[in-house]
Amino acid sequence: MVAVGVKNDYKPWGFLEPSGQIIGLEIDLAKAVADKIGVKLELVPVTGANRMEFLKQGRIDVILATMGDTPERRKIVGMIEPNYYASATNILAQKSANLKQWTDLKGRKVCAVQGAYFNRRVSQLYNPELVVFPSVPDALNALQGNNCVAFVFDDTLIVSTLAGGDPKWADYEMPLASEDPQLWAIGVRLDDLDGSFGKLLKEMSVEWHKSGKLLELETKWGIKQSPYLIETNKKFKAGG
Amino acid sequence: MIAAFFERLNDAQGINFSVFYDEFDRARFLTGLWTTIYISIVSILASLLLGLIGVWFAGSRSRIVRLLVRAYVQLFRNTPPLVQLSFFYFAVGGLLPTISDGHGGQTPILSGTAWAIVALSLFAGAFNVEIFRAGIEAVPSTMIEAAESLGYTRLRLYREIVIPLAFRICLPALNNNLVNLVKTTTLAYAIGVPELLYAASQIWSETLNIREMMNLLLVTYVLLVAVLVWIMGRWERAMRIPGYSW
Repeated sequence: MVAVGVKNDYKPWGFLEPSGQIIGLEIDLAKAVADKIGVKLELVPVTGANRMEFLKQGRIDVILATMGDTPERRKIVGMIEPNYYASATNILAQKSANLKQWTDLKGRKVCAVQGAYFNRRVSQLYNPELVVFPSVPDALNALQGNNCVAFVFDDTLIVSTLAGGDPKWADYEMPLASEDPQLWAIGVRLDDLDGSFGKLLKEMSVEWHKSGKLLELETKWGIKQSPYLIETNKKFKAGG
Repeated sequence: MIAAFFERLNDAQGINFSVFYDEFDRARFLTGLWTTIYISIVSILASLLLGLIGVWFAGSRSRIVRLLVRAYVQLFRNTPPLVQLSFFYFAVGGLLPTISDGHGGQTPILSGTAWAIVALSLFAGAFNVEIFRAGIEAVPSTMIEAAESLGYTRLRLYREIVIPLAFRICLPALNNNLVNLVKTTTLAYAIGVPELLYAASQIWSETLNIREMMNLLLVTYVLLVAVLVWIMGRWERAMRIPGYSW
């Protein structure tokens, strides 16, 4: 039995389908891990705010939940390299809001989600009035209700939200230049990082890049092929 | 001095009370503390007022008015406050007119904080109606008859005899409800109101010091409630008259 912490509000990386099952790109990766070890998979929904604590307490063995790989977090969580994904920070806003650059956010209400690594950076650099919610749907609802002028988040999620074809988002856009690129990592407990489990995950991660499995999964879930994956795929292929 | 101590504590022991040395975290925590105090004070006053108005109309001669008060009490007493908050903020908030936000955009007329005050006041107010009603019903009917025979109007009777006596009788129950109200302010966190729990969870999700922040929250809320209980206790003693409550 391997317990994997996943997102259930981050479509299509990890989200709930109507039947209540959690599905998505990261869930497919979690399944691959469980199959490889040959044990049963338990999916545990986590949030940005609680995932590292869950790992520390042993409620989960692996974090596979859109986690950015930052130096602060490396003190607490073992980050598996090569990183399986990458994103940067951007905003989702109404076209009529006329936000052209990051500095336009000064003093405006901006929705965000708890536990995101860029909340602090964005609030210190651009001084928006952040309104932070426990989950992505809450923040998106607040944005739809005009409770804030923009939603600051991973550009990956924003792009897929806009591309989803939901008429709700027809008048919205991702107006700024993405910044602060961040690699995502699978997280394990620090003492597992150099053990057999960590080694296995590292090998799998190399394999996913090399075989193009990650790129295939993007296509499967309707995500545009990301530059990071294309580049890493090339690199590993060239490296043998 | 204090900052240096807590910085050393973090470096040496890994016990990270970042709010005591990190400027950014401290500012967030203090904003949270102030927001909690502000919401508490305004909601307490508004809920007391609602309770008084409600109990006045509950004794009205018109059946419709009495029914309306009952409906209000039942509705707000029998639904979870978190649901009420979400309903007001997400469902009602979007339907209200907007005002300019001073940047050429539009913002809802009521912020999350304002909605939290509205929802919590209505919630606690519903309980206060019942608490005051219990107090009023405990006022001896002989006292009321005596006042009526002296020619008191209903308003003067309420203001000068019934309410002062009822208030003394229902203070313990009222204390309970107001203490509960202070603790219920934490729910405002779900609609992005920057109160204490929100500030704490912002800090621990970045600094990863959950244990320290949880303890700090515990101490802070115990202190906040202690202050409220102390004020109410002083008030109760100041109003004491022999023969009514103790």
